[in-house]
Amino acid sequence: MKVIQISVFMENKNGRLAEITRLLASKNVSLRAVTIADTADFGILRLIVKDPDYARDVLLEAGFTAKETDVLAVAMDDEPGALAEVMELFEKNQVNIEYLYSILAGKGNKADVVFKVEDLERGQSLLKQNGYDKPLDL
Amino acid sequence: MIWNAVRESEAPEKRRTRQLADLKDLVARLYNRVPFYRGRFDSQGVKPTDIRNLEDISRIPFTTKDDLRETYPYGLLAADEEDIVEVHTSSGTTGTPVVDAYTRNDMDIWAEVMARCLMMAGAEKGDVVQNGYGYGMFTGGLGVHYGAHAIGCNTIPVGGGNTERQLQLMRDFESTIITCTPSYSLYMAEVAKDMGLNMADLKLKSGIFGAEPWSDNMRREIEDKMCLKAYDIYGLTEIIGPGVSNECSEQNGLHINEDHFYPEIIDPETGEVLPDGEKGELVFTTLTKTGTPILRYRTRDITWLERGECGCGRNLVRMHRLLGRTDDMLIIRGVNVFPSQIENILMEIEETQPHYQIIIDRGQSHLDDVELLVEVEPKFFSDETKELERISRKIAAAMKNKLGVNLHIRLVEPKSIERSMGKAKRVIDKRIT
Repeated sequence: MKVIQISVFMENKNGRLAEITRLLASKNVSLRAVTIADTADFGILRLIVKDPDYARDVLLEAGFTAKETDVLAVAMDDEPGALAEVMELFEKNQVNIEYLYSILAGKGNKADVVFKVEDLERGQSLLKQNGYDKPLDL
Repeated sequence: MIWNAVRESEAPEKRRTRQLADLKDLVARLYNRVPFYRGRFDSQGVKPTDIRNLEDISRIPFTTKDDLRETYPYGLLAADEEDIVEVHTSSGTTGTPVVDAYTRNDMDIWAEVMARCLMMAGAEKGDVVQNGYGYGMFTGGLGVHYGAHAIGCNTIPVGGGNTERQLQLMRDFESTIITCTPSYSLYMAEVAKDMGLNMADLKLKSGIFGAEPWSDNMRREIEDKMCLKAYDIYGLTEIIGPGVSNECSEQNGLHINEDHFYPEIIDPETGEVLPDGEKGELVFTTLTKTGTPILRYRTRDITWLERGECGCGRNLVRMHRLLGRTDDMLIIRGVNVFPSQIENILMEIEETQPHYQIIIDRGQSHLDDVELLVEVEPKFFSDETKELERISRKIAAAMKNKLGVNLHIRLVEPKSIERSMGKAKRVIDKRIT
């Protein structure tokens, strides 16, 4: 369900990503999901971690530009058609998806996917009504 | 308050009479004592006695920076070497340094004009002047220092850099006036924020900013972040250092200490003198100096002049804040662009910081390729690329609209563009390196 995502601004410069991951490693931040949205000139690193406030502070203190955003994390069955089912739900109810990515190694037979939707509240209540409200084990 | 009301508010006719007398005296002195000037006069067929009124100054040949370099170090000395009490040189970053050698008389003039400038910016006895200009061969530090001493201000000679210490001194000694470059003041405000220091809690009332071009938009930004009134100061080593001109409380042009530094505006192409109000290259003649006085020095700075009574009570001629330089003008795909214009446009876009860098290169097709590095304001950072791309497009559209050229905008991380302790490195022109 609702989780906090950390995004970090990254110039397209050699070693910038390595610098961030090294920093987080040194501060014992465990990454649950990591993805990069990139353009020709810059990238945005998106992270899901256990303690987002701590991770954000670590990044800000090191001089990075980072912010928190609410996103929806959905635990679904790890089998064909599971994602399609959620997508259909969103589509039918006109909840627009800005982007999505999956969480590293889901637990048990669950696969976790992170959604950034236009209307967070609507997306969240929709998921709840349809039984996708299992809290995520980060 | 006015430091020298007799001179700064003098009847124009009276002022002109003394300017002419000083000019005649100067020309005769230089013709007799400096072979360089005698040679120039002779080759142009001009004699000192040809100067009968102030307008005749246009018959005198110009002096350029190249002339100063070729005569380095003492080729333009007009006094006996033993009468020189101090020497300053420009940094020489763009070639051989240029020299200003001061006699006792020149030191007195310097303190006088700097005291006037500081007072134009609100200084009086009892003020604490924190001088963030570099001390040493650079004229900025000592020039301000002498002027502040003339008024009797407590002067903190901190010099450039060491920002946290600057802020501590500012807090502990309750500095009321700060002098430094405008870009450094913004950097100072950033560091203050990081230190948890609220500028509004400090005692600063005025900032005197110079040594690099800036804009009215940047003034507003500085006044807002530094919690003070920001004044522009102008000067150059070749003329005396800081103290040539300064803004007063009206913040509407810089009063030139014209009884010492006679200004003209010329067409940089033809050398023709332009009337007041017309934009052109600023030229100075130092009427009263005795060490290394200079005739009709071409500053390469572009501005215009305005005369008349000023709300501050002075009537010294005013120069508009610098509009650029004849030699830092960028020609991008045939379009003339001043970095100050780019700065102005950025100031109007809330999603960016006033820190930028222009990198000009010849692209693969040998056309000028201009990349503008702009820092994103952290509060506008987004988790979505389309939002950041919207900011890029907005900046590019504003540049295209106002400058008429397409610039490639590259958003960079806040605080990633080098902050200068001295002059900001705004332009990297790979076409000329």
